[in-house]
Amino acid sequence: MDGTGKPYGLVAEFTTAADTLHAAQKVRDAGFTKWDVFTPFPVHGMDKAMGLKNSKVGWFSFLGGVTGYTTGMVMIWFMNAYDYPIFVGGKPMFSPFSAFPPSYELTILFGAFGAILGMLFLNRLPRLHHPLLKNRRFASGVTHDKFFVVIECEDPQYSTTETRLLLEGTGSQHLELVEE
Amino acid sequence: MSASVTPLKVLAPPPELERVPLVANQRSFGWISDQVAGIIEGKTPRWWWGAFIPSVLALMILPAMLLYQISTGVGVWGNNHPVMWGWDIINFVWWIGIGHAGTLISAILFLLRQRWRTAVNRAAEAMTIFAVMCAAIYPAVHVGRVWFDWWLFPIPTANGLWPQFRSPLMWDVFAVSTYFTVSLLFWYIGLVPDLAVIRDRAKTRIRKIAYGLFALGWRGSNRHWSNYEKAYLILAGLSTPLVLSVHSIVSLDFAVSQLPGWHTTIFPPYFVAGAIFSGFGMVLTLLIPLRKLCQLEDVITMRHIDVMCKVTLATGSIVGYAYGMEFFIAWYSGNPYERFAFINRAVGPFAWGYWIMIACNVVVPQLFWFKRFRQNLILVWVLSILVNVGMWFERFVIIVISLHRDFIPSNWGYFLPTWVDALTYLGTFGLFFTMFLLFMRFLPMIAISEVKGVIPQADPHHPLGGAKEGGAH
Repeated sequence: MDGTGKPYGLVAEFTTAADTLHAAQKVRDAGFTKWDVFTPFPVHGMDKAMGLKNSKVGWFSFLGGVTGYTTGMVMIWFMNAYDYPIFVGGKPMFSPFSAFPPSYELTILFGAFGAILGMLFLNRLPRLHHPLLKNRRFASGVTHDKFFVVIECEDPQYSTTETRLLLEGTGSQHLELVEE
Repeated sequence: MSASVTPLKVLAPPPELERVPLVANQRSFGWISDQVAGIIEGKTPRWWWGAFIPSVLALMILPAMLLYQISTGVGVWGNNHPVMWGWDIINFVWWIGIGHAGTLISAILFLLRQRWRTAVNRAAEAMTIFAVMCAAIYPAVHVGRVWFDWWLFPIPTANGLWPQFRSPLMWDVFAVSTYFTVSLLFWYIGLVPDLAVIRDRAKTRIRKIAYGLFALGWRGSNRHWSNYEKAYLILAGLSTPLVLSVHSIVSLDFAVSQLPGWHTTIFPPYFVAGAIFSGFGMVLTLLIPLRKLCQLEDVITMRHIDVMCKVTLATGSIVGYAYGMEFFIAWYSGNPYERFAFINRAVGPFAWGYWIMIACNVVVPQLFWFKRFRQNLILVWVLSILVNVGMWFERFVIIVISLHRDFIPSNWGYFLPTWVDALTYLGTFGLFFTMFLLFMRFLPMIAISEVKGVIPQADPHHPLGGAKEGGAH
């Protein structure tokens, strides 16, 4: 914070979930796009207040699950019925029934990896550095008991004076410009 | 304007119908962080060393016993004809069963919106992971020639042979390894926001780096929470059929065989109920002392103990029903071998094991019908240990009693464990408690961000409403 860095965004601090939710609604209605709310726990109704669409993580998980099931079935067919068939106890070389339990487990395994990797990809995590985490007040509050609304300076609607006025109007206790 | 508006009158529910709040004494967000992080940041308490040193000593026995067993052979155990599966498989099923409560709490209770789970899920999930680690040792070493364990994995041998997937033992390999991996992922993803809590409070550089790396740069962004919550929901949705399938597949190791006492269709649901029963027993055994030692009585309240006792009662009663139904079907089947196997359980040479099982699994949990007993912590703790004694004997009954009387009397025998059996089992306890104690000292034992979400202040729609009694949820 030596005052020479490029500004990253305007940070407004709140102490209750309700105030943060109302502030988010105001920022959303003002038409900002590059902004975010930071909370110590997921606040119920915040997605709607921010105008966020349903998360796309489900698609990654679905893709993982389909891959897992197919892998299981094809693998077992290839190993036990195609590459080296061995006759065991009069059972068929390949049966979808006996191949089901391992394929089912692989569906879950790949589906879980899909969900987690999809979540990390959509969130652009892991990330070793972030301008906001350099700010002590933000970092020690956001995981403790403070709530923040941040409007980035790169937002096309951002204006040094009006954005500050907007956030002041939401009843924030503390406003701060954070640098990159 | 306000003169014409009559305020809406909401009748308060009578005090006896008021829900007990999930976090007692109207604690704040910050209190939760401070209290849970305090366990990690504070000075190592004496009782921790008192528990850790014996655990590590017990853990040191484990490699010694495994080395002796591997270098000498499976004969050092009590397993012998006709009882070819002994303590190895009993302990495998016992440990993996204990793991099931963790997944039940983290996944099934999440889907059922049981908000009390937030106080106990982290510790229960850790318990799952460590219990599965203990369990996995047994099948790996009981094969005798452990250097061929890789034949279990889909890798061709030197002769180009593949594993044989028509056997339930292969299904088990996939079930248990998936279970371990997904439980670990689920646990870690739940930890990420809490690791960020510890990172942001860290005073030393090593802490900042270590917790910082594993927190993945989490900063509580709501755009992140949105994806995170969806991923968490999906993981819960995936873990639910997973936990049901794991013990079902473990039971198929028995049920797919032709042996009287094993060859029953009731096994999958009965094994799952028993697993959850024993797992809740272990959760209570661990958390009743810990909530006191770590001053977490406001987070893991008497209400939590109460509901866990009720789950133990419900699953214990299902298990009791299954025992009765097994007997009925053995009689109803008209199969003399089947009938003999079951009558032999109750009156045969191992009848003492059977009646310990009945006493601990069917009779003991019935005490939880009474609130007086559910509120008595010492009693609940003792009963929770008895539950796990009973569940150990259930696997003993299924495995040893079914095997020691073969189809012809010349194949009959008796089973006695050896000192190696006993010390290996003790060693797995060492592993379990060492891991658990390290976990509770270095990682947040309570899901901080989840508990913050269930206190009344967390609800933006009732900013202070219901703060006194925990909200109308």
